[in-house]
Amino acid sequence: MNDEHRVRSGLAKYGGPLVVVAWTLFPVVWILSLSFKAETDINNKKFLPSSWTLQNYRTVFKTPLFTSALRNSIFISLIATVLSVIIATVAAYAIARLEFPGKRLILSLALAIAMFPAVSLVGPLFNIWRSIHLYDTWLGLIIPYMSFTLPLSIWTLSAFFREIPWEMEQAAQIDGATSWQAFRKVIVPLAAPGVFTAAILAFFFAWNDFVFGISLTSTNRARPVPAALAFFTGASQFQRPAAAISAAAVIVTIPVVILVLLFQRRIVAGLTAGAVKG
Amino acid sequence: MAEITLTNIVKTYGDGFKAVNDVSLDIEDGELMILVGPSGCGKSTVLRMIAGLEDITSGELRIGGQRMNEKAPRERNLAMVFQNYALYPHLSVFENIAFPLRLQKRSEDEIRTKVQEAAATLELTEHLDRKPSQLSGGQRQRVAMGRAIVREAQAFLFDEPLSNLDAKLRGQMRTEISRLQRRLGITTVYVTHDQTEAMTLGDRVAVLRKGLLQQVATPRELYERPVNLFVAGFIGSPPMNFVPASVEDGGVSLPFARVELPQQICERIGGQQLLIAGIRPDHFEDARLVDAAERSHGVTFTAHVDVTEWLGNELFAYVPFEAPAEVTDRLKSLARELDSESLRTQLVASLDTASDIQKGQDAELWFDATKMHLFDPASGENLTRDLLYAPAPARSSGAGGASPPPRASAPSRGR
Repeated sequence: MNDEHRVRSGLAKYGGPLVVVAWTLFPVVWILSLSFKAETDINNKKFLPSSWTLQNYRTVFKTPLFTSALRNSIFISLIATVLSVIIATVAAYAIARLEFPGKRLILSLALAIAMFPAVSLVGPLFNIWRSIHLYDTWLGLIIPYMSFTLPLSIWTLSAFFREIPWEMEQAAQIDGATSWQAFRKVIVPLAAPGVFTAAILAFFFAWNDFVFGISLTSTNRARPVPAALAFFTGASQFQRPAAAISAAAVIVTIPVVILVLLFQRRIVAGLTAGAVKG
Repeated sequence: MAEITLTNIVKTYGDGFKAVNDVSLDIEDGELMILVGPSGCGKSTVLRMIAGLEDITSGELRIGGQRMNEKAPRERNLAMVFQNYALYPHLSVFENIAFPLRLQKRSEDEIRTKVQEAAATLELTEHLDRKPSQLSGGQRQRVAMGRAIVREAQAFLFDEPLSNLDAKLRGQMRTEISRLQRRLGITTVYVTHDQTEAMTLGDRVAVLRKGLLQQVATPRELYERPVNLFVAGFIGSPPMNFVPASVEDGGVSLPFARVELPQQICERIGGQQLLIAGIRPDHFEDARLVDAAERSHGVTFTAHVDVTEWLGNELFAYVPFEAPAEVTDRLKSLARELDSESLRTQLVASLDTASDIQKGQDAELWFDATKMHLFDPASGENLTRDLLYAPAPARSSGAGGASPPPRASAPSRGR
């Protein structure tokens, strides 16, 4: 009876999480296995490849469509992230510390923008971008990315700044710091977990975006990876490029996985901070 | 090093509330000035205005002779220790102490020497590489002080620095701060709500109430010659006993005894019918332990002692009494202001431990009538302030200094 009880509690403890992990990881593993299959092997009706090959990865890196998309994705995401974190840090600090007219308006507008469906913006943006020559450029993607990542970053960061006691800046100012020095040397380091969280969330948004990527670009000049994957073709037009697409998908997943593994503690700390207080 | 001069300082908040009202204060070079008062009396606001963390609505602040009203905190060259220490949690103890020096762009060698020196003074040398979160409350407190002493600041500002420490540590740190201040000889402004801290630390003590300065004086002067009911009730532990005193020809009648008054005091009282008498607990004694010579300038009476507390070095006897509603209300509102709660009107007498007075019995007590204060119940003003302690002028004037400090603002203006 005791054993039975132990088995049951073991099931409860590990069973649930196992189901969730299997559910979420299965597609990833499937794509991973697909990416190692030769093109003729795709329909082998087995989960694992008959023979393992790196051919798909070689093909992908030889395809200009993918390499330029990878470059676009990396730089567009990084620039959008850096800009939005810098702007959000300054804006959030002002919101957390200063009383100014329109503060509530800014916060509620930011929230409203963050909830806006991206698809509804695509049409108008497409027309505007074409007429002001932002269509198919990096900037043409960076701007919409920032407009979605900024509100989120501002909310996250202002919650962080609010938790830092006023005395920190006051002590710094009495110690001889200017307001800017107090901000840079005391407040920003203290809000580092928040800054990291905001940066990572912003990066993921830009990195994973498909809607803007496919609608606002037309060539290799600015097309990011998620959009580029849709344009993959096989060796001949009768072949399905599934294996190559899988390889490309695996490649673009790697940075995300690395980032999460590196910063997972900080992300968790960042997401839960401000949840309890204020 | 510098003297700090506040002239008619006012702080008005946006809603018109005057947190600090017309405070003038001269803090001499090298002096340790205590700002004390119950919560909400404006003492911290005064300190923050000196530091530059709050704007001064009107009046003038001079430090070392220079007008400071418009200067940013960093231009005032002051050091401040905050109530919660405000250490930088991301920096090591060394970097915390070095922070003001780094901002001044001092050389690495100089920073190292100065920080080591400060750390040695405060016995922090072995903690220099640790983070503030790994330190105890007392150690954090010392780091905050280290940050203040590394730079040659013109003055130190302390904002209730000991209120987060436990009682034992508080006593130790109090002595430590006092010793440090004497050694460095730096002008210091120290804010506290604890009258014991104020009495033990200060060269002079400024008592504030609702933004108004009540009295600035040495601790002894405050204790022996309070200007009004508020100061009298705030200074001293256990607090001064307040009892109703109805005026009858040539004397006052207290609930338990009648006291004859000297001519001078009678004239001062004028036509008033009801006063509040204030007697310190230590001016009571067990009548049997008072020698005949002393007995003559006091009053002996019999009272019912309902509770006694024996503390080893003294014995507290509690005597409940009835008071007219008028006085009770006044005392209740005073108690509220002093952040205390007086549940009943009672006398506290601090007696010699040789006394064998038992609780629940009637006892014969004596009190020194020459040390009894009389207060105007309406204005709270002490009517006997300059008339008391006449028999021993040499002792009290020695502590008070040659020129008694000015009475900053008339207490009657508060109401």
